[in-house]
Amino acid sequence: MTEVQAEPAADALRTPRVETKSRHWPYLDILIALAVFLALAVLPLLSGSKALLDFVIRCAAMGLFATSLNLLVGYTGMISFGHGMFFGLGAYGFGLIMQRTGMPVPLAMVVTLAITAVVATIIGAICVRLKEIYFAFVTLAFQMLIHSTILSWSSFTGGDQGLRGGIPRPVFLGIDLSNHVHLYLASCSLLVSGLLAMRQIAQSPFGYTMRMIRDNEMRARFIGIDVWRAKLAIFVLAALFAAIGGIIMALFVSGAYPEFAYWTISGEGIFINMLGGVTTFLGPMVGTVLLLTLNDTVTRLTEYHGIVLGIVILFFAIGLRKGLMDFVVEWYAHRRDGEGGRS
Amino acid sequence: MDIDALTGCLASASCLVTQTTSGLIIGMLLFLVAVGLTLIFGVLKVVNFTHGAFYMFGAYFAMTAYQLTGSFALAMLCGAAGTAVLGLVFERVFMSRVYGANVLMQLLVCYAFVLIFDDIVRFIWGPEFKSMGMPAAFQVAPLFIAGGVVPPYYLLLIGVALAAAVVLGIGLAQTRIGKVVRAAAQNPGMVSALGINTGLIYGGVFALGGMLAGLAGALAAPVRSLTPGMGFSVLIESFIVTVIGGMGSILGALVGALLIGLIRSFGSLGFPLFTEGLMYLFMVIVLVLRPAGLFGREVA
Repeated sequence: MTEVQAEPAADALRTPRVETKSRHWPYLDILIALAVFLALAVLPLLSGSKALLDFVIRCAAMGLFATSLNLLVGYTGMISFGHGMFFGLGAYGFGLIMQRTGMPVPLAMVVTLAITAVVATIIGAICVRLKEIYFAFVTLAFQMLIHSTILSWSSFTGGDQGLRGGIPRPVFLGIDLSNHVHLYLASCSLLVSGLLAMRQIAQSPFGYTMRMIRDNEMRARFIGIDVWRAKLAIFVLAALFAAIGGIIMALFVSGAYPEFAYWTISGEGIFINMLGGVTTFLGPMVGTVLLLTLNDTVTRLTEYHGIVLGIVILFFAIGLRKGLMDFVVEWYAHRRDGEGGRS
Repeated sequence: MDIDALTGCLASASCLVTQTTSGLIIGMLLFLVAVGLTLIFGVLKVVNFTHGAFYMFGAYFAMTAYQLTGSFALAMLCGAAGTAVLGLVFERVFMSRVYGANVLMQLLVCYAFVLIFDDIVRFIWGPEFKSMGMPAAFQVAPLFIAGGVVPPYYLLLIGVALAAAVVLGIGLAQTRIGKVVRAAAQNPGMVSALGINTGLIYGGVFALGGMLAGLAGALAAPVRSLTPGMGFSVLIESFIVTVIGGMGSILGALVGALLIGLIRSFGSLGFPLFTEGLMYLFMVIVLVLRPAGLFGREVA
């Protein structure tokens, strides 16, 4: 039998790149984060709409997940198809701890993150050795392995029914997460502080190491960077933020379902990144809002939402050929340069 | 877990035959889908996530043709030819636009079409389960081999898939077209400079891959139930097959498909709930030990 396979092309898996710009002012991010949090915090006072708050909570869960995926995809050039496993792990870990031990909520979150860190380190140590498309495949395989485990270990995880019966949420520090507004504020603060932390990682010297590994792994190795360790570190860090997204989701639906660990969650994360664009830090956040809005409106309008959603995706993939934020940034740069040239 | 059932089956000849046949059926159908996937990846460098949809369309085309004409042969032909045309159009009109773009953009186009194709099927044939029914010619008493039950249709299915494997293998290795296709996989720029229309080759390979998936769907139609989204699990499994066998290797697709088929049929006895988990576990082990797959060429 014959093989049809080309020589490995150097640009086989080209990923768009995150721009590297010098910082103007170190506290700008913190100020923006505070302003955004305040704006989100007054939202319940302005609008009594429960649906709007629900929407923001879902955006917080998916947004943290998608942005953490972008740390891998956009910043380090590691395309993971299995990032959703940590979203599922966060949701299940937190749900199980709360149901079975009755720990205080913050402690349960910390324990969940610790478990995620251990699992991510083990899986990451195996995965990050592989490159490009093989890394994508092996992460996908691990994702499905975890999904199958959740399905088959039904005495512990509830099998295909998921964790039912609700997640108990004891009051801590005057915060009652079964209160809708409290849950909303907690989700917003997790979202904003999570984004801020990821921004710090991306702008730190380690963040620039990540970009270097993406651009030229060989060169990074030559100047003495332990590429394997750096990749493992960002894999674990990204997993932690994905798990926080999962925790928010578990709190929101008061349970955990096998779909949270299914590969479609990873697919959705990639999809969000592509919609919003991977070359800006906030691209995935924009993509999240875009996709959730799109999903909600289209499902309400038509039974055949697959066709409508598909056509919108095609518009992005074939029409724009890049994510929305990438498009906006490029358009802005182009316009600015154009004006500069004329004057 | 039910290890006793597994060891019990391994000890009895009749159960062994029955389980092996069902493993071969799964494996052969998977092979037809996976070989198209591996060909398309080998030549076009595209991971075709819509491949499951071609399988689905093949099954629906065959069912409709069978209901209209009552001819089984015509149904198979419609399933294969219909998806070949669909593959050609899809590649020329849409996929060919994103070859220059990065892998994620190609993925996005495929994802869009998975959604669109599923909804088109739901629109035309309805969302409920459909069944084509076993053609009268095959409604005969099953064969008994060493006490194991083997329906004659299964033999036809295995025969057709094996024939496809042989034709494909010889075609690629020996014929002129096969050589051109392999050359295009190696260096499309050079092939194009020699005056060969690479666009036509790309379209042709995509059509061939779509046709094989459609044929698999058509062959599966009498023994499986048809629903929109039926291509999904097949896609994932044939994906595992190509990764295990090595992307781009036809022999790898055959071996991988048979391995997965046997894991599924015997795994369902020993680990009824963890059968899928076994497949993924196997995929992880292969990827860690041989990242390029069992028969793939090592990538630096």
